[in-house]
Amino acid sequence: MPETPAIFHLLPILPFLPLAAFVVIVLWAHRSKKLSAGIAIGGIGLSWIISWAIVFSSFRLESFGEHPFRVFRDWLPIGRAWQAFGFALDPLSAAMLFMVPFICLLIFIYAVGYMGVGKPLGLHDERGKPAEPGNVDKLASRFFAYIALFAAGMIGLILADNLIMFLIFWELMGLCSYLLIGFWFARSYDDPKKITPKEAGLKAFLTTRVGDTIMLAGIFLLYAQTNSLSFADIFRPAMLEQLATSTVNLPLLGAVSWATIIGILIFFGAMGKSAQFPLHVWLPDAMEGPTPVSALIHAATMVSAGVYLVIRTFPLMQAVDHGPALQFIAIIGTFTAFFAASIAVTQNDIKKVLAYSTISQLGFMFAALGIGAYMAAIFHLLTHAFFKALLFLGSGSVIHGMEHGHHETAHGHGDAETRGHGEAAVSPHHPGAASSFDPQDMRNMGGLFHKMPRTAWTFLIGGLALSGFPIVTAGFWSKDEILADAWAHGHNIVFVVLAFSALLTAFYTMRQILMTFFGKPRTAAAAHANEHDSIFTWMTIPLMILAVCAVAVGWVGIPTTFPILGNFSTNPLEHYIAGLGEALRIEVAELPFNRVPLATSLIVALGGLLVGWLIYRKVRTPGVNLAQGEQLTAPEQFVDPLERPLGPVYRVLKNKYYFDELYGKVFVKGTQRLANWLYRFDDLWVIDPIVDGVGKVGRRLSEIGQWFDTHVVDAAVNGVGAITGWFGSAVRVIQTGKAQNYLLVALVTVSVLLGAFLLLPK
Amino acid sequence: MVPLTWYLILAAGLFCVGAFGALARRNAVGVLMGIELMLNAVNINLVAFWRYTDVSRTTGQMFAIFVIAVAAAEAAVGLALLIAIYRQRNTVNVEELDLMKG
Repeated sequence: MPETPAIFHLLPILPFLPLAAFVVIVLWAHRSKKLSAGIAIGGIGLSWIISWAIVFSSFRLESFGEHPFRVFRDWLPIGRAWQAFGFALDPLSAAMLFMVPFICLLIFIYAVGYMGVGKPLGLHDERGKPAEPGNVDKLASRFFAYIALFAAGMIGLILADNLIMFLIFWELMGLCSYLLIGFWFARSYDDPKKITPKEAGLKAFLTTRVGDTIMLAGIFLLYAQTNSLSFADIFRPAMLEQLATSTVNLPLLGAVSWATIIGILIFFGAMGKSAQFPLHVWLPDAMEGPTPVSALIHAATMVSAGVYLVIRTFPLMQAVDHGPALQFIAIIGTFTAFFAASIAVTQNDIKKVLAYSTISQLGFMFAALGIGAYMAAIFHLLTHAFFKALLFLGSGSVIHGMEHGHHETAHGHGDAETRGHGEAAVSPHHPGAASSFDPQDMRNMGGLFHKMPRTAWTFLIGGLALSGFPIVTAGFWSKDEILADAWAHGHNIVFVVLAFSALLTAFYTMRQILMTFFGKPRTAAAAHANEHDSIFTWMTIPLMILAVCAVAVGWVGIPTTFPILGNFSTNPLEHYIAGLGEALRIEVAELPFNRVPLATSLIVALGGLLVGWLIYRKVRTPGVNLAQGEQLTAPEQFVDPLERPLGPVYRVLKNKYYFDELYGKVFVKGTQRLANWLYRFDDLWVIDPIVDGVGKVGRRLSEIGQWFDTHVVDAAVNGVGAITGWFGSAVRVIQTGKAQNYLLVALVTVSVLLGAFLLLPK
Repeated sequence: MVPLTWYLILAAGLFCVGAFGALARRNAVGVLMGIELMLNAVNINLVAFWRYTDVSRTTGQMFAIFVIAVAAAEAAVGLALLIAIYRQRNTVNVEELDLMKG
């Protein structure tokens, strides 16, 4: 066992730094928004510094993967064994530790700007609603407390040494997700069909709960089979062998090994958390939360917790070689990758596009895991976190820019009307109309490139990384690796579907970029959008740092076999993880170079971007001459070029395959109907009549009891009393109160007794 | 030596006198005196039995002295009570003292 660096012993405090920030903010600092933001950033910043110190010192360790660093203490007695409160560091968690606190820190900094910390409190703002541009959110302190708690959950999760710890932090994040999605709890919309943040939070919580419950069943089964929840224990080869070979007979399925059952059940938890089909419905609606939350939770970190869970338990998943568990994961992942990408093509909300893209990219990772491409999944997880955080933060910046533009035209200087297009989307005389303006709708945007150059450039980099623009972006390397793995291992269907999804990804990314940043501004808000306000300083600096990462992170995983570039690469990530893979018997060997997947990646990335550019380069807005400075009066005037050629397909995609409606009908309505039926069953037909009957019988019985009480028991008691009283009054006459009488009685009594003693025979 | 029986008869007679006094006298002082007589009858018995049994042990005499001491205390308390009653009710006639009646 090599010497562990001293800094490793700071590992356990990492999750507790943000947690302490949360406690301090909630208990003491919440009155000052600036102080709260400072504390949250301080907590995560310290955590980041220590974690990077740990990660970088671990690079120098020999055979780190074979000998992970563990620190734990017995904590919870369950049955005959103790569960440990422990943290572990191995190359996998170190890789995550490299990414998570860093991105969290950037997002916290971004949030300072986004929530308007340092700005004055708005007079008309309400608690639980977004503030007007230029004002601070009334609940900003609470926001920072929540995201600090979230960061604690995520850091704790990646370091957890056993499934109990894992579960604790997992649920903590679920809670934070709920709280943060519903952060603007008082917000409501004119359109009753549009989901409010409050409902979205509930939806997210309940949907993930479905997965969590199934996962919990898997964990229970695992514990029943292995008597342990420690990762190190469970992943011993002997234990895995036993899990893989011992089988249980299920109805319909026949003999199934425990490893398969447990693996699939645990994977359900990951499906919920990472929003995989069919539990994907919550993630797009989670976009109701503030944008830093979307970036933090629903793109970069929390949703990747599901992927991380599968990566972490991968030895269990592959205990049965190419078993049903892995096949199931591959099927779900591949299908979701395509499914979500196809929906993303038709969405008009800038954040929803990214949300579906996140689901799709997570599908890529699961597909990679399902086909055994362990390395590729980790790599894509890391790169995706960076560029997706970048894209979300960029979209938040766009939204704020639009809000500022809208604010200026609606309440500001009145020059909008004098220029003749004040009638466009908003009118200062109709505040009601102003509230229906949607700053997230890409149909309202256009031409923002010159208005918001810092946001636009960074968004462009993130978008190219997402679409896998060849060579320069991180997304290319990781996605290419997944495709290469699929090809090399002969998973042709997975390969084709993922390649097509990648094509769609590039396509909708180009669509989004064109609709948002290029062409003519389609509304007054877009025409006046800007990033001059001081909050944009806070917001754009993290964007620039992330933009650099979105390019550079790819370099750690360039395969050495890649032509030309491979000569300069040492593929450090692969070497770093390799030891762990060996210890856990996971195949992580680098693949020989193959032209087919590379050509495919190049074609789908560039082809998708090109097709997107060809189609969305010019957008049609019938009746509105944008070139003349005219503007849309309603977003519906924007006609999507795909709408007519695709016809019904477009409508299906636009409505997200009607899954919300289906779930609404089947589960929500079904539950309501069941509840209604149960209500009748309970209140009208069965239970209540029974209860009433029992009550009536009881009442009759007690009436009899009452009669018995008065006429028998009471009478007996009273009779005893009466007899005693009568006897007493009879005897009281001998009580004269005169001492001499008493004395006489005593004398007579003694005399009689004496006489009896003397006279009676012995 | 005078036979023991005589002492016992004397004591019995004295006791009867005392008992009658205690029962029949109206005046509370008389009642107290009757009690005193009964106690002294007991004393005679005690001393007599001592004399006719083991003379070396003075238990009978000790008992008698004890009774006398207790009788003195009793008389003191009794008289004190009487004075208190007299102050309250202006009488010491036991016929009228029926406060113990339940």
